[in-house]
Amino acid sequence: MIRTDTHTIACIVFAAAALATGILIDDAYYLQVLIFIGINTLLALSLNMLMGYAGQISLGHAAFYGIGAYTTAILSTTYNLSPWLALPIAIFAAVTVAYIVGIPTLRLTGYYLGMGTLGFGMIVSIIFREWYSVTGGASGFVGIPPLEIGSFSFDTDQRYFFLVWGVVLFFFIICRRIVDSRVGRALRAIHDGEHAAAAVGVNTAAMKLSIFVLSAAMASLAGFLYAHQVFFISPETFSFLASIRIVTMVVIGGMASIWGSLLGASLLTLLPEWLHAFADYEMMVYGLVLMLVMIFLPQGLTRGIIDLYEKSRKNRNK
Amino acid sequence: MASDAPLLEIDSLFKAFGGVRAIEDVTFSIQPKTITGLIGPNGAGKTTLFNLITGIFPADSGTIRLKGQPVNGKAVHDLVKMGIARTFQNVELFSSMSVLENILVGLHSRTTCGLLGSVLKTPRIRNEERMARQKASELLEFVGLSDHADRKSGNLPFGWQRLLELARALASEPDLILLDEPAAGLNMSETDMLGELIQNIRKQGVTVLLVEHDMALTMRVCDQIIVLDRGRKIAEGPPRAVQSDEAVMAAYLGKPK
Repeated sequence: MIRTDTHTIACIVFAAAALATGILIDDAYYLQVLIFIGINTLLALSLNMLMGYAGQISLGHAAFYGIGAYTTAILSTTYNLSPWLALPIAIFAAVTVAYIVGIPTLRLTGYYLGMGTLGFGMIVSIIFREWYSVTGGASGFVGIPPLEIGSFSFDTDQRYFFLVWGVVLFFFIICRRIVDSRVGRALRAIHDGEHAAAAVGVNTAAMKLSIFVLSAAMASLAGFLYAHQVFFISPETFSFLASIRIVTMVVIGGMASIWGSLLGASLLTLLPEWLHAFADYEMMVYGLVLMLVMIFLPQGLTRGIIDLYEKSRKNRNK
Repeated sequence: MASDAPLLEIDSLFKAFGGVRAIEDVTFSIQPKTITGLIGPNGAGKTTLFNLITGIFPADSGTIRLKGQPVNGKAVHDLVKMGIARTFQNVELFSSMSVLENILVGLHSRTTCGLLGSVLKTPRIRNEERMARQKASELLEFVGLSDHADRKSGNLPFGWQRLLELARALASEPDLILLDEPAAGLNMSETDMLGELIQNIRKQGVTVLLVEHDMALTMRVCDQIIVLDRGRKIAEGPPRAVQSDEAVMAAYLGKPK
């Protein structure tokens, strides 16, 4: 109960901070970076539900991100459909694919699940690149329209900022509720011991499948938000490396931590901005950061920082 | 259900792993509200039999019935719902979760909240959650762990972990509970407490099937004992009769020529 209350307070503080940031920051560059942090937070959160809570590794999560982005791009540009109609279709597409992929792959555990989802991610990214007539191929898909409600258009960075962070806040609340419920407990039980979870009555296969599908839907929504922000998408954004980046966000921020997703996504969005000089070595820097975090803060930054704080407080009290 | 109808009936059960015949033509039945001990030398097939009853893997042939209903081929979680619960030889708790949360997971099959329910938090779901927490606290009290509800279960001393696992299994409101070596790793006073607890479980109307190497405990609490050796049932009966059975002595001590 106490935990729920602190979460409510945290959400209110977070909403206020986001509101203030959106109003005060006027700089287009910073707003854009913040929008990307929001989209990445949603992505990291979606994977964290699957990986951090249920303990199921997915190395192909960028595929669902891409399915969301490409579905809305194709429908709203090629077929002139309203993006608001394209959104449910994009989510439905990701959900359907997740269902079909999830039934066989979620029978796999550990490394095998990782390999299975890795293969799936690669296939999807090849489709984006090679299905030239529909996706625009390697050169990308151009001319995606901005989002509009009636005559109100989310065409300024500030408006888009509020849209994205509103969605993020919404999913913070939803995910917290899931984690604190019977479903969340069953997921964590699967993480701790799948056999034991089944032996106390959890339908582990169905539970894993439903969280995988939810996770895919959230990633697809992130893809939708991305496509209508940048107006141009290309296959690299949804490649294997992108999947690894999402995994890194979750691990660095903290597995099984909703706020950790925010921290991990912020760090990994800002890092390349700060390290322009390292552009070609981006993956190496990620690798290094991942290694350092795993060695020194194996529970991720969020948990690690809390632990360090508590340790220092204990030392001071002595 | 008439009280003399057996709760569990096992009829000519066979299970082989490759060339090894782990369970061979085993037949027995268990009356409701009794405590049955399953004993036998290492490798006799006791754990295999447990795994067959709880649906971890299917039998090659033969039938298992619970309250007259066949359970062969059902999934593990469905069997929990039908009323079969178990504990493991090497305590398998959800070690990152609190003591209370472990019991709440144990209540999974008796609660209904799904993904949508957890998000919407309707009054019915809130009520269900409240009832579940209430029930979990009662179970903690039953095994004497009330004071440790918020501790991380992985940090409990081993003996308490056993008790917690037992409470978690009871949370699914089973008709039949299978205990796989519950006294292993416990000291003498803890074993005595366990004996009492097992009898209290029976008093609540739950039937117990017990695999145990601690003979003193087994002989003290069991109404009926079944002896397995190399996959076959070699004896069955009240503790005293089994203790003096020649086939049993031969199995444990070697056959005198």
